[in-house]
Amino acid sequence: MEPVSESELSEMIAGADGPLRVVGGGTRPVGRPVEGATLALTRLSGVVDYEPGALTLVVKAGTPVAEVERVLAAEGQRLPFEPMDHRGLLGTKGAPTIGGVVAANVSGPRRIQAGACRDHLLGVRFVDGTGRILKNGGRVMKNVTGYDLVKLMAGSRGTLGVLSEVSFKVLPEPPAAAVLHLGGLDETRAGEAMCAAIRSPFEVTGAAHLSEETSSGTSKTLIRIEGFDASVSYRAGRLADLLADFGEVTIERDKAEIARDWRALRDVAAFHGRAGDVWRYSVRPTQGATLGALLRAMGARALQYDWGGGLVWALVPEGADMRPDRLDGHATLIRADEETRTRLPVFQPEVPPIQKISQALRDRFDPRGILNPGLMG
Amino acid sequence: MDMPAPDIDVIGKKSQLISRLLETLPNDAVIHEEVETRAYECDALTAYRCAPLAVVLPSSTQEVSDILRICHEMGVPVVPRGAGTSLAGGALPTADSVILGVARMTEVLETDYDDRFIRVQTGRTNLSVTGAVEEEDFFYAPDPSSQLACAIAGNIAMNSGGAHCLKYGVTTNNLLGVTMVMMNGEVIEIGGAHLDAGGYDLLGLICGSEGQLGVVTEATLRILRKPEGARPVLMGYDSSEVAGEVVSDIIRAGVLPVAIEFMDRPCIRATEAFAHAGYPDCEALLIVEVEGSDAEIDEQLGVILAIARRHNPVELRESRSPEESARIWLGRKSAFGAMGQINDYMCLDGTIPVSQLPHVLRRIGEMSKDYGLDVGNVFHAGDGNMHPLILFDANKPGDLELCEAFGADILRLCVEVGGCLTGEHGVGIEKRDLMFDQFAPDDLDIQMAVKDVFDPKWLLNPAKVFPLTASAGRRAA
Ligand SMILES: Cc1cc2nc3c(=O)[nH]c(=O)nc-3n(C[C@H](O)[C@H](O)[C@H](O)COP(=O)(O)OP(=O)(O)OC[C@H]3O[C@@H](n4cnc5c(N)ncnc54)[C@H](O)[C@@H]3O)c2cc1C
Repeated sequence: MEPVSESELSEMIAGADGPLRVVGGGTRPVGRPVEGATLALTRLSGVVDYEPGALTLVVKAGTPVAEVERVLAAEGQRLPFEPMDHRGLLGTKGAPTIGGVVAANVSGPRRIQAGACRDHLLGVRFVDGTGRILKNGGRVMKNVTGYDLVKLMAGSRGTLGVLSEVSFKVLPEPPAAAVLHLGGLDETRAGEAMCAAIRSPFEVTGAAHLSEETSSGTSKTLIRIEGFDASVSYRAGRLADLLADFGEVTIERDKAEIARDWRALRDVAAFHGRAGDVWRYSVRPTQGATLGALLRAMGARALQYDWGGGLVWALVPEGADMRPDRLDGHATLIRADEETRTRLPVFQPEVPPIQKISQALRDRFDPRGILNPGLMG
Repeated sequence: MDMPAPDIDVIGKKSQLISRLLETLPNDAVIHEEVETRAYECDALTAYRCAPLAVVLPSSTQEVSDILRICHEMGVPVVPRGAGTSLAGGALPTADSVILGVARMTEVLETDYDDRFIRVQTGRTNLSVTGAVEEEDFFYAPDPSSQLACAIAGNIAMNSGGAHCLKYGVTTNNLLGVTMVMMNGEVIEIGGAHLDAGGYDLLGLICGSEGQLGVVTEATLRILRKPEGARPVLMGYDSSEVAGEVVSDIIRAGVLPVAIEFMDRPCIRATEAFAHAGYPDCEALLIVEVEGSDAEIDEQLGVILAIARRHNPVELRESRSPEESARIWLGRKSAFGAMGQINDYMCLDGTIPVSQLPHVLRRIGEMSKDYGLDVGNVFHAGDGNMHPLILFDANKPGDLELCEAFGADILRLCVEVGGCLTGEHGVGIEKRDLMFDQFAPDDLDIQMAVKDVFDPKWLLNPAKVFPLTASAGRRAA
């Protein structure tokens, strides 16, 4: 099924007599595998409203991310949360859609400073499991009218409703950037360096560390800043002084080079084409290195740290349950074969009272249980 | 504003309720004499008052849980309360309700600068959260003008904003986790010190739910390092159209100020008479503030001033010292107080798309003539959040009703041009009956379905947010 309008989408869902597998571009098959008739949103595409002077953008959910980025770039603006492209990591093809980004609340390295996808989502239109067309939020930056279902829909992966339209707060693309590089730090020291940088007043917009297995022999630590030219130079200088104790600091100023490096980090390019499952962990930044050591002991082959240590990517042997018993945070199985994704919980198992709330929400939004059933639990 | 008739059965159970509460709580935590409950009869929407059945002031999450379990068993409605500064009547009691105030729960539970968060009990005031981390040069970003008084509890419930949210976001963007007690007494933890919570974004759902889904007792908040400095400029223009263009041009030029504040002539005149900040007498005044080191500020202000000049300002004043900065902010910060000197006022809070600013101001001016009530506009211009202040005389019969009708028309106008009823103060009782102007019945039904999940008996703050006609069936069930 490929609806071309919101009303057609509504009719299709109302008329469905079995489970639906909701897809955007189909580039992010994360979650327990779903059986059902395919409902593809790709034809629900296009910019509805864009006001560069107000920093707001409204688009239909099936719009390709590439098109959104192109439209924004033409006005010198961008999606602040730097959504990851999962194709390289998951080996998928097709064009990622903006609705898919929202449904999975996909954010990249800039999350530590700018916030996540959900933080920039101003409004949604969606169709619930009975076919009702619903809206929440809007297209203005400040809005507390009624409950915030916008946040609830972000990251609900099509299990509470099918997004038809999304609106965002966007931001100007800064003219300049700089990246400070440190080499050869172990993970604990790298964690300390990233932490020192983010604790400073110099507005770090990215802090990542590649373990030695992921970066040809020597580990790499990268600290990014962005802004106007003089400001970037000033902050890069101050940060270099601040990080002097951690070893030799080199500074990259070439914008294209920086964009390439951070696209690779964002998309976890270090794991592309390498065999093994991929897990993603969200923890307190200072616990990143400790978690990394634990994951190595459990068999992890390579690690990438983002968000100053608060986001850990691990490449691990196939089929292994890599969720530590006591984890103050959460772990998601991002890449594995269907058998593993059926056997192991993909998302962090919830404690019973939360599980009860999640199930009750699904029952209200999708009483027939037809939208991506089982995907999130 | 109608409130549902109080439940006579519940009122009849008062003495039984009090004795059960006293079994679990210290004596001084239960207030039930009428002279004392009067202190809780309203929040900052003072036009509406009603003393509650009782007030409880717990000191811990456990006590909150005990209270809610008792009220749940006895079918007694509960109205959570922070500092009572809501402008929307969010904390207004009903005669059959218990006010559950978290004002005694003010502790800092954990501070971690490396992971950049603080965990507090939610009765702590907004400003004292920043106060707790200032020695390390950190701050908590959302800064409602009521920050000296309002509590984190109310900030979370209302998803409050402030002058600096253009850059730092509102409460929901700075909230990492909560401990919340459900109406049946069950305690749940959502989120924590890590950035992304797993599963559904329940944290985002709870923030802004106006005390209707649970009582939030503890919160993990993101703290940020203070910028090296900040500096405002003041600009005056002959028309609000031009001021609107300046705002849009600044944003399009790629500068992201921390604040862009707007005041119109009635507001400028009132504040001048009151605070003598030396503002120009003009149609539209903008205060734009940027942050960073001195050199960074100069760089950003260079861009901003060039844009400002291009639009022929009647005044352009750059601050050269902390004293001058304070003077620039003085008038803006005393705007509400100044309007209050003239008369009673009602403060509205709709948001509009920034491009609609001139049109909306013109329409408000016309309506002001029709209603015969003066109105001044203060405005977070960067994000379109308006604060029209309508002046009225509370002692003059019919004036409040006239003012409310005018206010409702302004809010309908906000919705009509693509905005919303409330940008940061919340719906409460004040905008409850306008919800059908913004939402279709199904849009409200799905929100109420969320309340069904968290509070099936509709005992928590039941008569707020949703039009009474829309919630009637659920409240009675
Ligand atoms: C002069 C003035 C200026 C203001 N300026 C701003 C501003 O700039 N920006 C802004 O956003 N707001 C502003 N406000 C509005 C108000 O200060 C905010 O809404 C504030 O967050 C309310 O906090 P409070 O602790 O006083 O909450 P209360 O008024 O006590 O309660 C507000 C709501 O929160 C609920 N609640 C309280 N505690 C809990 C809890 N523990 N768990 C669950 N729900 C709870 C209540 O039931 C109620 O619905 C202003 C108010 C005044 C009087």
